[in-house]
Amino acid sequence: MIETILKKVETIDKKIEVLEKKAKGETKELVDTASVSEEVLEEISEKYGQWDDHTREIEKLKDLREIFLKDMRILAPYEKVYLARHAKRPHIDDFIDGLFTDFFEQKGDHLFDEDKSIFGGIARFHGIPITVVGHRKGHSMEENMEYNFGMPCPEGYRKALRLMNQAEKFGRPIITFIDTPGAYPGMEAEEHGQGEAIAMNLAKMSQYHVPVISVVTGEGNSGGALAIGVANRVLMLENAVYSILSPEGFASILWKDSGRHKEACKLMKLTADDLLEAGVADVIVREPLGGAQRDYGFVMKNLDEALYKNLMDLRKLSPSELKADRQMKYRKIG
Amino acid sequence: MEALRSALTFPARVKRDVGDVLFKKNKEPVFVTCKACGRRALKKDWQNNYYVCPVCGEYRTIGAYYRLSLILDPGSIHELNADMKANDPMYFPEYSEKIAKQRQKTGLEEAAVTVSGKIGGYKVVIIVLDPRFFMGSMSSIVGEKVTRAVEYATKEKLPLIIFSASGGARMQEGIYSLMQMAKTAAAIEEFNASGGLYISFLTHPTTGGVTASFASLGDITLAEPGALIGFAGPRVIEQTIHKKLPQGFQRSEYLEAHGFVDKIVERSQMRDTLLQLIKLHSK
Repeated sequence: MIETILKKVETIDKKIEVLEKKAKGETKELVDTASVSEEVLEEISEKYGQWDDHTREIEKLKDLREIFLKDMRILAPYEKVYLARHAKRPHIDDFIDGLFTDFFEQKGDHLFDEDKSIFGGIARFHGIPITVVGHRKGHSMEENMEYNFGMPCPEGYRKALRLMNQAEKFGRPIITFIDTPGAYPGMEAEEHGQGEAIAMNLAKMSQYHVPVISVVTGEGNSGGALAIGVANRVLMLENAVYSILSPEGFASILWKDSGRHKEACKLMKLTADDLLEAGVADVIVREPLGGAQRDYGFVMKNLDEALYKNLMDLRKLSPSELKADRQMKYRKIG
Repeated sequence: MEALRSALTFPARVKRDVGDVLFKKNKEPVFVTCKACGRRALKKDWQNNYYVCPVCGEYRTIGAYYRLSLILDPGSIHELNADMKANDPMYFPEYSEKIAKQRQKTGLEEAAVTVSGKIGGYKVVIIVLDPRFFMGSMSSIVGEKVTRAVEYATKEKLPLIIFSASGGARMQEGIYSLMQMAKTAAAIEEFNASGGLYISFLTHPTTGGVTASFASLGDITLAEPGALIGFAGPRVIEQTIHKKLPQGFQRSEYLEAHGFVDKIVERSQMRDTLLQLIKLHSK
């Protein structure tokens, strides 16, 4: 199971970090045993015997880490769901930091409320002004409470629409980042027209004359994901998932048993490879072994290249061709 | 209106079109019991009341062709893409068998019936989602039939009426189901851009991906009394907020009060209301 392997790898990471500091003489403290699982330490010493010096020790640990990471080369769909939801996975603020410059945040739907589960504004990508919009998840519980775990209310979708309409007005390309468990199923959300808000975004996004690129970075579930995802090109991070509903919800509807979510993952065809085959995703962006959270730089570099290439390709199309190209992408499905 | 109905020709395969009122083999019941109030009334009275309970006024599910028969001029019905059948894009276990069962139960090939016809002499395109077939859920063929009918209305410059009824996405079709939302919404938006009149008529139940796409994009939004209309289902909301939902939440009347429905229209007024609106928009 990927969770246990990842924990082992993280333990080794920590130990290497401490040893590297020791080797450089930066710290004389012993390894913080509380943060290192006993089981892993035992496994390590069983395999490699006792350590003599830091450098050799570090080398051995790195070898061992490689072995663990190689175990993660092929992942089951449910393991990808685990990675897609990993708390340390890069989120929209990380992507904006890593890919864009000159970011100016725009808040609120200017109708009723500011929904923090949608984040966006204007920025530059390789110098080109663009509009960026996406679901916002946090890295900690406090952040997630503030951002409603990336589950927008109608106000969030209307904010996204406001920003995207401006992009159309000023001829800016639109880049959206999808990472949501779904639209928020709450009472106020229904009273304020969750269905209407999503429908309106789908309708208006189909009409834009500017390039629209969506990146599925984590989990993209239901209409709540698609509401900012009607794009000319859909990029998916290697371990991202995109589906009609969360696997738990799917199992609960189909079999009245949300506990069968692993089984659901297999049937749902929600991985990047599946989506590429279905014609929904156009590009898969590679992640480091063990998931995007292990090396932000690696992900940013690959995503930057993919985004730039696709944006340049789309910029060759005329405004009406861009609209027709986007409509045709969805017209062909089903 | 009953006279109109008999003059309409239904496809031969559609046997039990009138909702969930069960007919036993060649034997029509004399009495029909209301599921809401539990009282019995003569079947004849139900019929004369368009399958609204003569005792308590509860709206009973009716089939797509029966509904069309209440609206369209005799002999004017022309079905579009009648041969399109539900398919199984993900090779989902047991799905084909389930489709076969639904087909046998209802005589329908898919949950969407799309037709052109005339109301009071005015030519229109009507789409009806039939909740008896897989709860009217959005499949790739439902999306395709809806899109083609909307494109037909755009091309022919005809008013468009959609009767929505849907439990949401067709789970067995996964992402293909989801993408129908984008496809149908785009078709409606193109129709809007061409200046066409779109009347969205919400019937029980309209939820999920249908609510979040074409059902919410009408110029005029009408609803049948007491219909459940929303994006998330009430059970999911209750589980999320850990509270019981108030009486009448997500019902037509609630949506009207919250500003999402132009008018609640009784079944007996359905045809006249549509005709009034079409006339108001004709040049």
